[in-house]
Amino acid sequence: MGIDMIIFTVLSAIAIAAALGVILSKNPVNSVLCMITCFVAIAGHYIMLNAQFLFVVHLIVYTGAIMVLFLFVLMMMNLNADIEPQKRNWLKYAGAISGGALLLVLVAALRDASVPAIQSGAPTDIGLISNLGKTLFTSYVVPFELSSVLFLSAMVGAVVIGKK
Amino acid sequence: MQALTNRAKPVDRRPMTFFEKLYLPAIAKGMGITFKHIFRKKATVNYPEETRPFSPVFRGLHILNRDEEGRERCTACGLCAVACPAEAITMEAAERLPGEEHLYREEKYAARYEINMLRCIFCGFCEEACPKQAIYMTETFAPANYQRKGFIYGKDDLLIPDPKNPITVNK
Amino acid sequence: MDLTLIDKYFLIEKIGLISAVLAISLLIAMYSTWAERKVAAWIQDRRGPNRAGPFGLLQPLADGGKLFFKEEIIPSTANHFLFVLGPSMAMLTACLTSAVIPWGDVLNFGGYAVSLQIADVNIGVLWIMAVVGMGVYGIMIGGWASNNKFSLLAACRGASQVISYELPMGLALIALFMISGSLSLKDIVEQQRDGLWYVVLQPVGFLIFLICAFAECNRTPFDLPEAENELNGGYHLEYSSMKLGFYLFAEYINMFISSALMATLYFGGYSFPYMDSLGLSPNLVTILGICALFLKTFAFIFFFMWVRWTLPRFRYDQLMKLGWKVLIPLALLNMLITGAVILYRQNGF
Repeated sequence: MGIDMIIFTVLSAIAIAAALGVILSKNPVNSVLCMITCFVAIAGHYIMLNAQFLFVVHLIVYTGAIMVLFLFVLMMMNLNADIEPQKRNWLKYAGAISGGALLLVLVAALRDASVPAIQSGAPTDIGLISNLGKTLFTSYVVPFELSSVLFLSAMVGAVVIGKK
Repeated sequence: MQALTNRAKPVDRRPMTFFEKLYLPAIAKGMGITFKHIFRKKATVNYPEETRPFSPVFRGLHILNRDEEGRERCTACGLCAVACPAEAITMEAAERLPGEEHLYREEKYAARYEINMLRCIFCGFCEEACPKQAIYMTETFAPANYQRKGFIYGKDDLLIPDPKNPITVNK
Repeated sequence: MDLTLIDKYFLIEKIGLISAVLAISLLIAMYSTWAERKVAAWIQDRRGPNRAGPFGLLQPLADGGKLFFKEEIIPSTANHFLFVLGPSMAMLTACLTSAVIPWGDVLNFGGYAVSLQIADVNIGVLWIMAVVGMGVYGIMIGGWASNNKFSLLAACRGASQVISYELPMGLALIALFMISGSLSLKDIVEQQRDGLWYVVLQPVGFLIFLICAFAECNRTPFDLPEAENELNGGYHLEYSSMKLGFYLFAEYINMFISSALMATLYFGGYSFPYMDSLGLSPNLVTILGICALFLKTFAFIFFFMWVRWTLPRFRYDQLMKLGWKVLIPLALLNMLITGAVILYRQNGF
């Protein structure tokens, strides 16, 4: 067992345990913290694939920004057990059914997908920032710019909501 | 209203110019001032090793003086207590017994002499009022204490050591 | 890859380097507390700590000892795990940043070259941004877990301040990257080796970065998260003993690292003028380079302290206004102008 395998196993174990913690913990703040741990572990997977840019952007955007906002909102809410809204039974069933349907779709998709053999040996440089930047700004420039417009509209929307 | 002095400066309420709004020049100026202070002479002293010089008229803690033969000068006349504006001094007089001539100079002496240093304002009137040159003010402070009663100085605290017989005094 | 295939020397080198950098960061953070008190004293015409050891040099040890032996209080209504996690996160994120800073060039030990940088990754500066972004968790978790409304409010203040000032910081860096064409700190230093420091090319960017560094380190004039004398102490209100010490210590490590970062990005890092024309042996030049970097870093640390004892604290609305309405537009403008100039020089038009 090589060192790559050991790191991969450890990171995967952490990621799965943290992901379970997200859905199993009673305290929402603990859930968020588990989610952060999970994200960090997944970022570790990115670096194992030599996708450095993806790794760091994952950390900046998800761990550093989005989860902070999650935490912000959760901390501001009054999370006492006695004011927790009554959980309805049908919500549970609806959740189970939709989750099961998603699982079914995922399994079906994965069954049909052909997994290309991962080339072993020398790590690829495709995830390095210069290669990624060149790809983004040449082959995929239209979707990239379109998504920037999407972000701009989201920002304008946030300002409009904030001004109200 | 007429100004009392011509030193008053009217507050400048004009809107700030762009240069002022940048704040950076003002910040640089302030930084310059603080930087200059690094090299200034320090206003503090290394206290226990080095003390500030007292002025010649400084009035600190009291002492009760002895004469050249080591006898207490105080005769418990009470003039200091009367002169004291803060009423910090109390005393009890006693008569000198035969055989105590080497201890007390006069026929009457203070059996108890107390100064409450919390009341004392260190005005020095007691020193001026004393006809026997028995009470003097020194150049020390009253040290801190945990209790109020520690600030009531008795004769043991006030009396200077006997130059001839230093062991018996001050217990 | 087999376990036996790992280069033992590589591991030893990296572990040694990591330990050295951590030890130096902690030592400098320790003595920053001493220096802070000394500088404060000098600026206020005082003498500063001079009782513990010569010139008070043992003062940090005395302070540390005091913090260790103080009673450790965890509020009974606090979330115990998170209460301990908060200061740990603060310390962790403070120490992580030092990984990508090049502390010097290459040292040669009899044919074995040791690069004085823990990780020369191609995303160097972004790694620092990521870790700084995660530094918010220390503040927020600590403030929330204390179960005290004042701590919580202070944590929100602190978190929103750090998030707000990350943006202009990143934008100021983008302009720098346009010139350097690389995100690796080592490359950036090597590009400045000829003596043209990036502060000359990017004065506005440097100013923005400097201001943001002050805000990110929670230093005056932006020490709103812990305005100790008017806002009740801040997010570490409920902390005592070494947990409080961790928070304070993390702040000093942050200050050290951001000073080193500014020296690296804008002031040539370990390079110094005429370093290649002195005709000295490479190892000696490397050692001199390390000294140069530390000299620059100490100058910045002094600057941090100097500003602290000069400027008063911002009000919260002023702070937000400065961040969002002044620094971000300024950084965007700086970015645009830099881009235009680079384009003009490349294409002639």
